[in-house]
Amino acid sequence: MEILLNNNRESITNEEITVAGLLKMKNFTFRMLIVKINGKLINKSDYESALIREGDVVNVLHLISGG
Amino acid sequence: MTFDQIRAVLVNKTVGIAGCGGLGSNCAVALARVGIGTLILADFDRVSEDNLNRQYYFRDQVGKKKTAALTENIFRINPAVRVIAHDLRLNRENLIPLFNPCDIIVEAFDLADQKEMLIETILTEMPGKPLVVGLGMAGWGMNDNIHCRQVDSMIICGDEVSEIAPDHPPIAPRVGIVANMQANAVLEILLGSSEAEK
Repeated sequence: MEILLNNNRESITNEEITVAGLLKMKNFTFRMLIVKINGKLINKSDYESALIREGDVVNVLHLISGG
Repeated sequence: MTFDQIRAVLVNKTVGIAGCGGLGSNCAVALARVGIGTLILADFDRVSEDNLNRQYYFRDQVGKKKTAALTENIFRINPAVRVIAHDLRLNRENLIPLFNPCDIIVEAFDLADQKEMLIETILTEMPGKPLVVGLGMAGWGMNDNIHCRQVDSMIICGDEVSEIAPDHPPIAPRVGIVANMQANAVLEILLGSSEAEK
């Protein structure tokens, strides 16, 4: 399937994938993350169940210390 | 827009500044200079000497509460700004009532887990409220990496990669750039794009 991940077009072999699956696949290993699918915040407790499908707009923000 | 026209718009606006450290103090001062109507500040900390390498405080303010010191500094620059200062640690519960009156919220925390708490809370409880996040400003040089990008109602300013570390500290120039970029993003939301004026 084709999705938009952080504004970049991505081709993923799965027809659908969980947020947890995508994070693992893309090596998003940072502890502090904000994940949004189609403008909606996904709670951490839902990472294993929330599904990403064809055409979804996904944003993964790494939060780092400093400010 | 002339500066008088800009001021006429800004005087009716309220901006919340979550954290009065490197980002927050510099952002607040920039907004005070251009005449923002109201600033809502929140920080629990005191000014310490090692803050002076980047935070908008002065040597004679060391030991003072940041909310008090920043209010003083704002007043010295632009006494017309209304400052509501909360000397406390923000959390998921008090964040909403304290920042509800804001047109825009500036995220200016230093710890990643605090940033996460604030972003999650705002996106959930105040969806659509413009949130200007500061992310990645440690070190020096690398001007080219500092950017500003929008994700729905969130604007992210910084390089998004430079985490603070003992051998990669946050220091005035780069921190100041990101803090002012945040203030500039606030103005773009409140005034509209200045490019559209041409």
